Amino acid sequence: MKKQLKFGIGIGVIVVSMGFLGWLGYGESKTYYHTIAELQTLQGRALKQRMRAGGTVAPNSIRRYTGRVDFVLEGEGKSIPVTYIGSDPLPDTFVDKAQALVEGSLGGDGRFVAEHVQAKCASKYEAAPGGTGGAAGGEIKRSGT
Amino acid sequence: MDVFGSFALILAFVCAVYAFAGGIGAIVTRHPLLVKSTRQAGIATCCLIFLATFSLEYLFFSDNFANAYVVSHSNRDLSTFYKIAALWSGQEGSLLFWSFLLSVYVFSVLITYRNKNGELMPYVGVVMAGVQIFFLTLNNFVASPFKALAVPGANGAMNLVARADGNGLTPLLQYPEMVIHPPNLYAGYTGFTIPFAFALGALLARYPGEKWIHLTRKWTMIAWMFQSMGILLGAHWAYAVLGWGGYWGWDPVENASLLPWLTGTAFLHSVMMQEKRGMMKVWNVWLVFCTFALCILGTLLTRSGVVSSVHAFAQSSIGTWFVSFLAIILVVCLGAYLKNRDYLKSENQLDAIVSRESSFLFNNLMLLVACVAVLSGTLFPVFSEWFTGNRISVGAPFFNKVNIPIGLLLLFLTGVGPLLAWRKTSTESLKRNFGWPLAMGIIGGALAFALGFREFYSLVCLILCVFVASTISMEFYRGAKVIRTRSGASLFTSVVDLTMRNTRRYGGYIVHMGMVLVFIGLAGAAFNRDTQKEMQLGSTMQIGPYTLVLQSVDSRPERNYTAQRMIIEVMRDNKPIMMLYPEKRRFVTTVENGTMVAIYSTLKEDLYVVFAGQSPDTQLPVIHAYLNPLVKWIWLGGAVVVLGTLVALLPNRRAVLVLAGAQEPSTATQTLQPGRLTPSVITREGHD
Repeated sequence: MKKQLKFGIGIGVIVVSMGFLGWLGYGESKTYYHTIAELQTLQGRALKQRMRAGGTVAPNSIRRYTGRVDFVLEGEGKSIPVTYIGSDPLPDTFVDKAQALVEGSLGGDGRFVAEHVQAKCASKYEAAPGGTGGAAGGEIKRSGT
Repeated sequence: MDVFGSFALILAFVCAVYAFAGGIGAIVTRHPLLVKSTRQAGIATCCLIFLATFSLEYLFFSDNFANAYVVSHSNRDLSTFYKIAALWSGQEGSLLFWSFLLSVYVFSVLITYRNKNGELMPYVGVVMAGVQIFFLTLNNFVASPFKALAVPGANGAMNLVARADGNGLTPLLQYPEMVIHPPNLYAGYTGFTIPFAFALGALLARYPGEKWIHLTRKWTMIAWMFQSMGILLGAHWAYAVLGWGGYWGWDPVENASLLPWLTGTAFLHSVMMQEKRGMMKVWNVWLVFCTFALCILGTLLTRSGVVSSVHAFAQSSIGTWFVSFLAIILVVCLGAYLKNRDYLKSENQLDAIVSRESSFLFNNLMLLVACVAVLSGTLFPVFSEWFTGNRISVGAPFFNKVNIPIGLLLLFLTGVGPLLAWRKTSTESLKRNFGWPLAMGIIGGALAFALGFREFYSLVCLILCVFVASTISMEFYRGAKVIRTRSGASLFTSVVDLTMRNTRRYGGYIVHMGMVLVFIGLAGAAFNRDTQKEMQLGSTMQIGPYTLVLQSVDSRPERNYTAQRMIIEVMRDNKPIMMLYPEKRRFVTTVENGTMVAIYSTLKEDLYVVFAGQSPDTQLPVIHAYLNPLVKWIWLGGAVVVLGTLVALLPNRRAVLVLAGAQEPSTATQTLQPGRLTPSVITREGHD
């Protein structure tokens, strides 16, 4: 067998294998981003998607219960109730008026069931993100990954 | 001092423009005076940027709350340590810091080569000045850190004001690693400008031979070392501060720092193909171009919020500047390549699939596939919105599925590659070099399996780690044995002597050993576990072999915050082993909370304890405890990687003879007994 062909086969096998694994990983983890307004208009299969939504935590809406935290997320004049059921503690930046990104799925009652919450404190909001440029990602804190 | 800083930045911009335009003139006219004056303009640019940076630091230290940037990122009670870090805690200061670190490199290059490489340096100077002009444009006209604080008056005009105190530094950044992590990462990002400038300059100048690679090797290694340290320190910061028990979450900003590291690592390996066999010239030049472009992309992702915008966080107009700069870089690189591509013709071809060349080829392939996977996963939300209208992001499963097998294949190549011969490796050589390491790997795997290490990837990782560590150890042992036989010195002295005779080769092996340690640490992640419990005083919690006893909870005021602290006694086998003090901090000026994790770290595992707040129902304090096996190995591995890079940067104690076009690997025995070599030897500054 020609040596170029051997190298070609080797490279092809690696690239195709990684592409296949990437495709599997994509199917497992793809998450659709929706605005709060869009969440309320979703229909059919879209309701079953894993999704993310971003907004501001409504003032005085945070209610902490054993095993879950309820709050309301606001954005573009709309709001949606959220229940966080993740096992990790919520980030320190998760407070009233903080910008939050929730990841999870829509429950049957129109409530967003979040498994992960990221939050950025409103007092540190600036037109351009501050942060440090560090590998760990500016001022955003995560709860679980 | 803010006027002084602004003026220094403006003057730096003017000097950089002269260094750029005058440099082009010098290339065209070859006028010695123009060459000299543009070099001096380049040096002046750097000095002025140093002055501007120091003046901003002075504003922080003098609590000048008439400056908007100081007000936003500092306060009177902020400690001196964090006033240094406040420089890069926001957009404007970070960009100035980029210019500052770039200037350190540019200054060093201009001084080091002031009387050398006369044909090449004007081109290099022009490229470096071009990059400086871009960042000085941002520093001066887009995101100046020297803006005075102003508020709108009754007539609509802005009135200058001064505040009594500042807003303070965000609590997440008030951690010692935040003082050293960003400078390291930025030193990596900026450092890759130098190999880029030399590669582009050499291509434009059609500079003969591989000299540009020899010239840039050390600069590339320095940048790579800082990038490695920056990534690991960032991971450690995320681990010790964010309180989620992990160190890597495939966050877009984390990924941004990994991308140039991957291509930079590929470049450090593939240059050896060009040095030894005159191959992969096009590939190497494009690897350097891509590495620099990825550094700019990384800064774009970090600073612009282009990906964070999908997370509904702030967007910034600064992204447009970076995208434009990236486009200019790619157009210039493509133009230079198309014009002078005949200069990059390969001198040789690959001979055999089991050879040093093919191991480098596959090493580069794996690193590039990993880079493409991380890049595409990071930018997936942007591209999916462009093409489908839906913003779709991918998470950790995507990145892990692709990158874990790639990491393991790279680990395998780390063990195999350095011991394969150039051109073709014989079966006997394979048996001699890999027989024992393979047996050690299998024994190590069997032991780990017996001890309960059953997760597939982790087990494979451990087997490969033992295999690679054995091949490296054998290389050191074989070489040291020869020296020991001749000199009668101890084995340790012989190993040091061997390393110092060929620092590049053995420094590289130390780096590989460091990576093995990092992989051992990563293998432990599959066995992480955690538990959470409300705790009354005196109550206990069990995790693994540890019993945590809550002794008390207290509150202590500090200068800049008030800390609520748990005092926890850690017991093992009913014997107390240490106290842990996880904290919740309430910062006075920002009215924000911060978490201080308490970690009991051993080589076997980390006991990681978080004060997770108070139960909403009972108001009792809650402990969240994690048991993370082998994490310490990652940080130890990082230290060994840095040590190895520093060793590789040292000059050889003496020149080493390397057999040109050898059929078998240039083993220590061969390099130390030049008399046995054929007459066709060439003397090189010992490299692998």
